[in-house]
Amino acid sequence: MMAIKTEPFVLNIGPVHPSTHGVFRMRATLDGEVIVNLEPVFGYLHRGIEKLAEERTYTGIIPLTDRLDYLASMSNNLAYVLAVEKLAGISIPERAEYLRVIIAELQRIASHLIAVGAFLNDCGAFFTPFLYMFREREKIVDLFEMLSGQRLLYNYMRIGGFTQDIPDEFLPALDKFVKQMPSFIDEYDYLLKENEILLARAKGVGILPKELAINISASGPVLRASGVKWDIRKVDPYSIYDRFEFDIPTGTAGDCYDRYRVRVEEMRQSLRIIRQAMEQLPAGPIRSEVPHLVRPPAGEAYGHIEAPKGELGFYLVSDNSIAPYRCHIRAPSLLNLTALRDMMIGWKIQDAIIIFGSIDITMGEVDR
Amino acid sequence: MTVSLSAWDVANQIKEQFPDAVSEINDQAILVRSESLFEVAQYLKNRPELNFDYLNYISAVDYFDYFELVYQLISINHNHSLILKTRCYGRDNPTLPSLVSLWRGADFQEREIYDLIGITFKGHPNLKRIVLWDGFQGHPLRKDYL
Repeated sequence: MMAIKTEPFVLNIGPVHPSTHGVFRMRATLDGEVIVNLEPVFGYLHRGIEKLAEERTYTGIIPLTDRLDYLASMSNNLAYVLAVEKLAGISIPERAEYLRVIIAELQRIASHLIAVGAFLNDCGAFFTPFLYMFREREKIVDLFEMLSGQRLLYNYMRIGGFTQDIPDEFLPALDKFVKQMPSFIDEYDYLLKENEILLARAKGVGILPKELAINISASGPVLRASGVKWDIRKVDPYSIYDRFEFDIPTGTAGDCYDRYRVRVEEMRQSLRIIRQAMEQLPAGPIRSEVPHLVRPPAGEAYGHIEAPKGELGFYLVSDNSIAPYRCHIRAPSLLNLTALRDMMIGWKIQDAIIIFGSIDITMGEVDR
Repeated sequence: MTVSLSAWDVANQIKEQFPDAVSEINDQAILVRSESLFEVAQYLKNRPELNFDYLNYISAVDYFDYFELVYQLISINHNHSLILKTRCYGRDNPTLPSLVSLWRGADFQEREIYDLIGITFKGHPNLKRIVLWDGFQGHPLRKDYL
């Protein structure tokens, strides 16, 4: 029999493709259906936020941070205002601290709902689980709309606290949500946790070993699914996270299924934190006295949080003017993609979609 | 709580090994000479008591006279951190050693600094622009760009 001559085939996935979750391009080299090489191509959503920040006042940068990870605007606001408060030495009232925790954890649930829903979409469960999860996310978006009047880019936090106090209807609505949500998570688990198709497609696929995960500076659920118990809320508590009881879910195998499980378990833990924070929520002011134009002393500070996608940090350098001299963003979505090539080589093109979906990125944060 | 290691203590340990590497120490950070950056980073990563296995972020700041690079190193095992800095003089072709062979997390971050600040990292396996296109002129995060 005559041997058939074959040669590798280059396939561009994206930049505009439903499974790239934004404008992202993967330049895959295929041997049949198997990926033999892969190069991620970035930059389609680059807006130069770090440069724009150098020309704005410290408060004026908050709307820019909304546009980083636009599925978790509140978390971005929080990381940025924490960095500025550290730089300028501003403390905030107790009530604001508690509200920040409640809001950050709600945002984590909302972001994980999209991550899990989109991941299942990629697995082939076309839009049914996604709609289930959008149903619950909608309630969180409604809660945030009560606070800020916005449904996506909230721009709600301020240096020293918040724009305004929560409205009267917020806490009853939040209470209702926190009571209902556990049964919804149980429902997802009932439908999906032992689902044969999901297990076959995600278990053992796209493994990120523990050592590699640390070496590539992975963070968030991606790092924890590989078995590293590293959560900024625990290892370096910011705000008032040291006052709450919660666990850090970790995976063992570091495959797509573990990353999915870690996110689901994190939603339960977030609900635990919200319940505790609601019980302890004190009355009082929600904003400390901060001058209209913040002028931090010359120096530098790094503020970081455990955002839904990983460690989000802002490195700010001040020259004692009303705008930062330098504003560097440590974006978890970008760093979590470093091992993309290692995770995909040897897998089929269909698996590539799942592996990419399980990392959970937002292009607004990758390209900035 | 992640402990920020005393820059003075760590600097003394570095000096035992590399007497000329450290050029300045303050409460927050150790400033090393760019020629010794790779050796010092390798030492910090491999010494068991320090064991900096996680490179948290790299940032670069343009101070006109020089570019300052900021590396935050973290040890996951010991839960401590350190800020290492280095300076890079000259605006025409600033060059630094790449740390990708130690921490692959440096890969995209060094490419981004090359793209936006214009510092060349020697030894980087794939040094090319990351967010801007190949034909782009200039480096926008430099202070003299606009």
